[in-house]
Amino acid sequence: MKILVTVRRVPDLDARFDLNDDKTEIDTEALDHKINYFDEVATEEAIRLKEKGGVDEIVAVCIGSTDATKELRTALAMGADRGILIEANERELDAFAVAKILSAVIDEEEPDLVIMGKLGVDYENNQAAQILAGLRNWPQATFAYSVAVEGDSVTVGREVDGGTVTFKLPLPAIVTADLRLNEPRFPSLPGIMKAKRKPLDEKTPDDYGVEVTARARTVRYELPPERQAGVIVESVEELVSKLKNEVKII
Amino acid sequence: MSDNVLVVAEHADGQLRKINAPVVTFAVKAAEIQGGEVIGLVLGSDVDGVAQQFAKLEGLSKVLVADDDAFAEYLPAEYASAIATIAEDVDATLVATVASFRGKDFIPRVAGKLEAEETAAAVVSDVSGLEDEDGELIYKRPIWSGKLIEVVKPSDDVEITCVTVRVTEFEPAGDGGNAPIESVSAEAEGDGSTFVSFDKVQSERPELTDADVVIAGGRGLKSRENFVMLENLADLFTGAVGASRAAVDSGMAPNDWQIGQTGKIVAPKLYVAVAISGAIQHLAGMKGSKCIVAINKDPEAPIFQVADYGLVADAFKVVPELVEAIKAEM
Repeated sequence: MKILVTVRRVPDLDARFDLNDDKTEIDTEALDHKINYFDEVATEEAIRLKEKGGVDEIVAVCIGSTDATKELRTALAMGADRGILIEANERELDAFAVAKILSAVIDEEEPDLVIMGKLGVDYENNQAAQILAGLRNWPQATFAYSVAVEGDSVTVGREVDGGTVTFKLPLPAIVTADLRLNEPRFPSLPGIMKAKRKPLDEKTPDDYGVEVTARARTVRYELPPERQAGVIVESVEELVSKLKNEVKII
Repeated sequence: MSDNVLVVAEHADGQLRKINAPVVTFAVKAAEIQGGEVIGLVLGSDVDGVAQQFAKLEGLSKVLVADDDAFAEYLPAEYASAIATIAEDVDATLVATVASFRGKDFIPRVAGKLEAEETAAAVVSDVSGLEDEDGELIYKRPIWSGKLIEVVKPSDDVEITCVTVRVTEFEPAGDGGNAPIESVSAEAEGDGSTFVSFDKVQSERPELTDADVVIAGGRGLKSRENFVMLENLADLFTGAVGASRAAVDSGMAPNDWQIGQTGKIVAPKLYVAVAISGAIQHLAGMKGSKCIVAINKDPEAPIFQVADYGLVADAFKVVPELVEAIKAEM
C-alpha cells in the first residue's frame, strides 16, 4: 500500500506581523516558519500505519516555496520515505489550485490512501482535501480521530457536531487528520540523518501538466474590530450586580 | 438567468438546527447585493417536519425537499452530488450552509464536483461578513487565529461560489415566514463510503453553539472534579460548559467541550472564562461573545484584555460564592 501525505509550512502565528501599506500582503518573510501541526499529525498517522505493516511507501508532498524544503525534510525525518516539493508561488495558490495539482500528482503516484491535515493554521480554509475528493469522486473522511486500514478499505472515526461518527471507505480514499488523531513524534537524530539521504524531488506544476488556477483571490486584509476595554470588579457581589443590572442576564 | 442563493439546511433527529437562521440572514443579504431569490434545500429521509420549520425562516422564497433513503444518514458524496445538481437546476450562483463540521465537510466537495462537471466553482469557508463591490459579492473571513480578516473575491470565471457561514456573525432570521415547500428529486451519487455508526454525546445541557450562556474552564482548574462548580453555574442559566484546549488535552474536560481555533466557535450572550489564561487560539473561539467575564488569579492573564468584567481572584474560592449569590437573585 502506498500512502501520500501533504505537508505545508506556516508562519509563527504568535509573532508580530506587518501588513504592507495597502494591506494586500502580510509580510511573512521575517517570521519563523514551521510545519503545519495538522500535517505533522497526518504524517505521523501514515508512519504508524507503516509500522503496523502493509505499507510499502510514504510519499510526502509539499506545494509552495522551496523554503519549505526544511519542513518536507522534517516529514522525512519522522519516517516518510520520499519527498516531492512542487514549487509554486504561495500567493497565487488557493485550495482549488492545490487540489488540482494534487490530483495530477495522484494520477502519477497512484496512492491507496491520502492523508492531509484538516486545515492550515494560518488561513484555516479546511477545503483542499474535500475539493480534491469531489474532483475525483473519491471517498472522503474529514476530521479523523481514528484510522484503521483493513485490506482494501479504511474505517475512520470522525469528530462531528454532537458526537463522533464512523464511516467505512473503500480505498483509494482521502482522510484529513484532526487534533486528536495522534501525538506526532519528534524526529530522532538517526531519523534526521537518514532524511538527508532520502530522495526529495523538486518539481513544478508544469511537470504534472497543470496550470496554477486559483478560484478565490485575497483582495486585502483588515484588522478585526477591537473589543472595548472592560472593567475590573472587586468582588463577587459587584460582579453579580453588573450581571443583573448592566448585562441583565439574571 | 437569475443569480439565486441556495441555502442547504442542517438538521438532526428530525429537527432543524437553530443555527440555520443566521445563514438565511446571510443569504438574504447576498441576494440583495447580487439579485435573485433565496431558496432553501433540505436533504434527508422523512424530513417533512424539518422542511416546515425551515419554511418559517423569513427571506426564503421556497423550500425544496429531496426526501430519499440515500440521505437517511449523512454522507458527503451523496450530499455533494445532489447539491451540485440542484444548484445548477435552480440557477444558484451561491450555495451556503452552516460552518459546522458537516457543512465544512460537504461544501468544498460540492465545488470539486461542479469543477469535475466543468462548472467553475469557488469555495469560501467561515464567512463572517460580506460586501458589495460594484454589485459583486466579496466575502470576509477570520484567519490567523482571528488576528486578521481576509477579504476574498471569487475570480471572474467562477460560476458558483460555495460557502460555509460563521453563524455567530449574523443575526438569526425571524421565524414569521411561510415559504411554499416543493418536492424535488435528487440523484445522490455515492463514492462507496458507508455509514457505520454514530455515537451521540448525551447531555441535558444545550449545545455549546446554541447556548445563551457558556461557562468555560481552563487548565488552572487542575482536575475534572473542579469543573463541577462550573456545571453548577451553567445550570443556573440553562447554559453550556466549555473548556480551553489545554484543559481538554490534560483530560480535565471532554473533547466536545473545547472552545477555540481548533474547537468550537461560540458567541453567547454571556461567556465566563474561569482559570483560562486567554491564548490567542482560545480567544479566536469566543471573542465574539456579547459579554465576557474573566475570573483568574493572574492579573496579567491576556483574557482580561477581552473581558468586559474581570475578577482577579482564586476561582476555587469565588466560583462557589458566585453560584450562591446568583441563586439568591433568581
